[in-house]
Amino acid sequence: MRRYSFSNLAWHALTGGPWSRAWRTPEPKSSYDVVIIGGGGHGLATAYYLAANHGIRNIAVLERAYIGSGNVGRNTTIVRSNYTVDGNTQFFEYSLKLWEGLSHTLNFNVMLSQRGQVVLAHGPAQLDVLARKGNVMRLNGIDAELLDRGEVMRLLPFLDYSSEARFPIWGGLLQRRAGTARHDAVAWGYARAADALGVDIIENCEVTGFSLAKGQVSGVETSRGRISAGRTAIAVAGHSSHVAAMAGLRLPIESHLLQAFVSEPVKPFVNHVISFGAELFYISQSDKGGLVFGGHIDGFNSYTQRGQFPKVQEVAECAVALMPSISRLRLLRHWAGIQDMTPDGSPFICRTPLRNLYLNGGWCYQGFKATPASGWCFAHTIANDDEHPLSRCYSLDRFERGGELDEHGIGNWTYKQ
Amino acid sequence: MCGERDYTEFRYGGDATKPRPVHGSADRRAWHDYVFLFDNPRGGHREFWQHVLGCRQWLVLERDTATNAVGGARLAREGASQRESVIK
Repeated sequence: MRRYSFSNLAWHALTGGPWSRAWRTPEPKSSYDVVIIGGGGHGLATAYYLAANHGIRNIAVLERAYIGSGNVGRNTTIVRSNYTVDGNTQFFEYSLKLWEGLSHTLNFNVMLSQRGQVVLAHGPAQLDVLARKGNVMRLNGIDAELLDRGEVMRLLPFLDYSSEARFPIWGGLLQRRAGTARHDAVAWGYARAADALGVDIIENCEVTGFSLAKGQVSGVETSRGRISAGRTAIAVAGHSSHVAAMAGLRLPIESHLLQAFVSEPVKPFVNHVISFGAELFYISQSDKGGLVFGGHIDGFNSYTQRGQFPKVQEVAECAVALMPSISRLRLLRHWAGIQDMTPDGSPFICRTPLRNLYLNGGWCYQGFKATPASGWCFAHTIANDDEHPLSRCYSLDRFERGGELDEHGIGNWTYKQ
Repeated sequence: MCGERDYTEFRYGGDATKPRPVHGSADRRAWHDYVFLFDNPRGGHREFWQHVLGCRQWLVLERDTATNAVGGARLAREGASQRESVIK
C-alpha cells in the first residue's frame, strides 16, 4: 500500500497518472482463519483490528454488494459519547477516543469534525435529567457542560426562543468532543488499511448458508463457492436475523427502517450537532452545506429501505419547530436504512450458542459512532473466544440474566426504542 | 369497525404469531423467548396493530416485510393471532 502523505500528493500533482486502487479484488481462497460476513464499517473494522491488534492476517471479509453500500453510507454521521447507563458510557467513550486518532491510524482522512453536540432541554425536569447525564459522563472522565438558556442562545442563536415556541428551550448539555465524521471515508479507510495487512475483501459474494455440524460452525456457503473458516463472524446489522437463521439461531432483534434527510446546500450556519429534546430529532450541517437530519424509526418492521411519508412530515415538523428559519429549504435527498432493533436498544458483540460463530449486531440507532470500538472489541472476542471487558455487557444472554442496558428506560419494545 | 382509515391512526404492536406462555407459568425460558426473541422474517409477517387514534381495537394484519404489501386484517379478539398459515 502506498501511504497517503503531503509529499505523495505533491508528487502526483506534478507527475499526473492515476492513484493505485485502495484495495485489491482477490478471488476467495478455499479456507481462512477467520471469515467475516458483512463488509460494512463494523466488519471491516473488525478485520483491521484482528490483523493489527491480534496478528491474525488470514482473513476474508465477505460483502454481498460493494463496500460502502450498506448502513455505513446511510447514517447521519454523528459521533458522541453521552450515554448514561453503565457499560454504554464506557464503551462509547472508548469509541470516541478511537475516532480521535482514526485518521492517523488508518492513514486515511475520515474528516472527524469535533464541532460539539448540544442536547436541548425544554423544561426544568428535562434539564435535571441532562444534569444527571452530564454528571455520569464527568464521573467517567468524559467532557460535558450544562448550559442554561442564555448560554444556549449565545451558542445557537438561530433556534426558536420566541414566546410562540411550542417547546421553549430551558438549557442543554454540550459535549464539545462530539461531532461528525465522513461515513464513506470510514468504510474506505478501514478497507484500505485491512487490505494492506493482508485481509481479503471479497465484494459481490453473498453468504447462503453455514457449514454446521455438532454445534460447531466450520465455514460458509457462498454465491462464489464454499469457504471453510476456523472462526466465522456475523457483522450484518439490519439483516442479522436472517443470516443467523441460516445457522438455526433466533435473535432478540427486529429489523426497522430509519430515515435520514439532506436539504439543499446553504451557507454555513449550523456549527454544532443539535439534538431536539421534545422529540427524537438531530441535525447538523455537512461540509457541502446541506443540513443532515433524522428522527425516529418508522415504527414497524420492514426490509424495504423505503420510508413512509408521515415520518417525513413528523421530522420536518421537528425541524421547523426548532429552527423556523429553515422552513423554506427544500429536501435534496432522503433515504431509509434497515437497522437491527433490540428489546433494550443496545447491541450485541458476543459469542453465540454455536462454537466458532460470533455475532456483532443489534446496533439500533448507534452503529456509526460505535464503529471503531465495535471492531476493536469484536476482534478481541473472535481472537480470544471471549468477550472484551468493554463489551461483556453486550452478550446475547443478557435478557435471561436481567442484564438489559435500557438507556432510555423504555422497556422490552424493539419498535419503541 | 371504523372502515378504511389513514395509516397514521394505527400503531404497530409486534409479532402476532408468538405463543404466549399460559398465565401464571413460571417457565422462564418460555417467557424469555416470548418477550425477547423474534423470527423477524423477510417476507410474510403476521402482526398486531392498534387503531390508537380511533376505536382503540387491536387488529391482526398480514404484511410482507420485503415489500410492505398488506394482506387481510382481522380483529385480534377473534383469535386471529394463533400460529397458523402465515403468508409466505
